[in-house]
Amino acid sequence: MFYREVGQFKTSYAADQAIFPIRQDRIGLALILAVAFIGIPLVGGEFMIASVMIPFLILALAAIGLNILIGYTGLISLGTGAFMGVGAYACYKLTTLFPGVNIIVWIVASGLVSCAVGVVFGLPSLRIKGFYLAIATLAAQFFLQWCFVRVGWLYNYNPSGAIEVPVHTLFGIPITGATAKPLTRYFVVLGIVVVMTWFASNLVHGRIGRNWMAVRDMDIAAQLMGIRLLPAKLLAFAVSSFYAGVAGAMMVFLWLGAAEPEAFNINESFVLLFMVIIGGLGSLIGSFFGAALIHILPIIVRTAPNALGLKIGSATAEHLTFLITGALIIFFLIVEPHGLARLWQIAKQKLRVWPFPY
Amino acid sequence: MNLLYQIFVDPFVQMGASPDLLVQTLWEGLVGGVLYSLIALGFVLIFKASGVFNFAQGIMMVFAALTLVGFYEKGVPAPLALLLAIGVMYLLALGVERIVLRPLVNQPDIMLFMATFGLTYILIGAGELVFGGDPKEMPVAALGLPKGAIDLKILGGLVSLQKIDIAAAVIASAMVAGLALFFQKTRIGRALRAVADDHQAALSVGISLNQIWVIVWFTAGIVALATGIMWGARSDVSFALQVISLKALPVLILGGFTSVPGAIIGGLIIGIGEKLGEFYWGPLVGGGIESWLAYVIALAFLLFKPEGLFGEKIIERI
Repeated sequence: MFYREVGQFKTSYAADQAIFPIRQDRIGLALILAVAFIGIPLVGGEFMIASVMIPFLILALAAIGLNILIGYTGLISLGTGAFMGVGAYACYKLTTLFPGVNIIVWIVASGLVSCAVGVVFGLPSLRIKGFYLAIATLAAQFFLQWCFVRVGWLYNYNPSGAIEVPVHTLFGIPITGATAKPLTRYFVVLGIVVVMTWFASNLVHGRIGRNWMAVRDMDIAAQLMGIRLLPAKLLAFAVSSFYAGVAGAMMVFLWLGAAEPEAFNINESFVLLFMVIIGGLGSLIGSFFGAALIHILPIIVRTAPNALGLKIGSATAEHLTFLITGALIIFFLIVEPHGLARLWQIAKQKLRVWPFPY
Repeated sequence: MNLLYQIFVDPFVQMGASPDLLVQTLWEGLVGGVLYSLIALGFVLIFKASGVFNFAQGIMMVFAALTLVGFYEKGVPAPLALLLAIGVMYLLALGVERIVLRPLVNQPDIMLFMATFGLTYILIGAGELVFGGDPKEMPVAALGLPKGAIDLKILGGLVSLQKIDIAAAVIASAMVAGLALFFQKTRIGRALRAVADDHQAALSVGISLNQIWVIVWFTAGIVALATGIMWGARSDVSFALQVISLKALPVLILGGFTSVPGAIIGGLIIGIGEKLGEFYWGPLVGGGIESWLAYVIALAFLLFKPEGLFGEKIIERI
C-alpha cells in the first residue's frame, strides 16, 4: 500500500543499478536524514545528544567497518577494539605533532594509519581461516593494547598514561576538547558517519563488494573465478580497519574527550561483534540497528528501575545489565538468526503486500 | 650489534649462569601450561562433539569455582559443596542444551559462537548477582589439597615447588587419563566419538544428539570445575580469572580444535614458552609481554601448519 514499486519504470542501466531504485526508499532515507540533521538537534536534550546519539553513531561506524570484514568478506576478527585504539592514538599523535592542521584531516588520516596496521595483521588471513583466524586476530588485540600501555611515545609520556584531547576548532567553532558543545560535536560526527556510510554502501554494491561476497561464500571458488584472494582479503582488512580507526579517533576526540588504553580492550571488540551479529551480517543498516540495540539497551536497563520506582544498587544494576544483555543476545539469535536487518526486510515485505496477507 | 647480543646471546648466558632459575621458570611455565591445557581441553570436548566454539569455557571455570566457594561460605561442608557444584554444572549443561543449543541447531558456526558469548554474559551477571563480585578464597585445606612449598636444593640454588602446583599437575594428568579411558572404553564415550566423527551417521545409528550434548557440556563443566579449583587455589576466585582463560585460545590454535593431545601439548608449549619469554626476553621491551606472546607463538606455528599441530588436515573441495 505505502511501499509499492509498481509503476516505477527504469529507463537506463544507471537507474536500474542505483542503490535506492525505489522511490519510497529515497523518501525514507531523506526523512531519516532530516530527522538526524534537524529533528534530533531540535528535540533532543544534552543527555540525548551527548550520551545516546554521538556514541550510537560512532559505534555504528565501527560496526560498519567490522561488518565489511565479517559480514561481507567472511573473515572473523576479534581485534576491532585495538584498531579503534590505533586510530585514536594516531589521531592524538598527529594532532600534538602538527596542531595547526584541521582536525578533520587528522581524523581521516588516523584512519589511514589504522588501515596500514590492519593490513599487517590481515596477512595471516590468507593461510588461516574461520575461528583460527579469529584467534589470530586476538594477537593484534593484545599486542596493540600492550603497545598503548608500554610505548610512552604514543601518549607523549603522559604520567597518567591516558590521552587527553586539546581544543580544536573548525571555522572558529570549537569541535573537540572541553569547550566544544555536544551539538557541534554531534553535527561533526553525523557528517562523517553519513559520508562514510554512503562510501561503504557504494563500495559493497560495486565490483569490490561483489568480490568480497564471493570470497565470503567460498574462497576457493572465488579464486577459480579469477578473484585474487590476497588483495581482496587485505583490502577488506584495510577498509575495515580504516573505518574502525576513524571511529576510534572520533570516539576519543568527539565523544569521550580522553581515553586510557583500557577503553580499547577486548570487551570493546566483543561488543562490536555483538552489534554486527545482532544487527545482521552483511547489512549496513543492520550495523546501525545493532549499534542502537547494544548501546541503548544497557542505558535502558540502568534507568528503567529508577523510572519504575524500584531501588536497586548500582552494582546490582550492572550485574543485571550483563544478565539481560546475555539473555537478549541468545534470544535474538534464536528468534532471528539473520539479525535485525532481516526483520527490517520482513517489515518492508509486509508493507509491500498490506492489506493483503500475501 | 648490542641489540642482537641482547636478543640472541645474553638470555642463554643467563640461563647457563643460574640453572636453578631456569628450572624454576620452566616449572612455573609447566604448571601454567597444565592449567591452560585443562581449559583448552574443555573447549576441545565441546568443539568435537557439537562443533560449537564454546567461548564460555573460561567463564564456566570461574562460575564453577565460585559456586563451590559460595556454597562453602554458606556453611556447607567442602565435599558436599563440591558435589553441589557438580550438580550445578549438570543443571547448566541441561539448560544450555535445552535453551541455547536445541533451538540453534543447524545454524552457522558463528551464530553458535555468539550464543556462547551470550552465555558468558549471563554467567558473569548471574555469578556476580548471586555470589558478589569481590574475590573469594578457595578453601584449599577443606578440599584436602596440600599447601605450602617444597624447596629443592639442586643445581647450586634453590628451586621452590608449590605443593598445590604438583597436585594440579597430578590431578590434570589423572583427569586426562580418565577422559581417555572414558572415551575409549565406555559406551557413552564411544557414542561421543561417533558424534564427533559424523553427526548424521551417529543419528542414524540411534545416538541421541541431545543427550550427547548434555553429557559433553557436563563433562566440560566438570573439567571447568577442576580447573577452577586449581586456578582458584593459586590466586583468588574472581572474574578476573576469565582473562586468563583467554590464554587457552592460542593453545587451541596451536594444538588444533579437535585434538585432545594437541590441547595438552599445546598448553605446555604455550605455558613454558611465555614464561621463558617473559623472564628472559621480556625486560628488553619493558616487560608485560606475557599478554600477547602466547598469540605470537601460536601465530608463528599457524603459518607453517594452518590446522594446528594435531588438527585434522583441512581438505578443501569446491
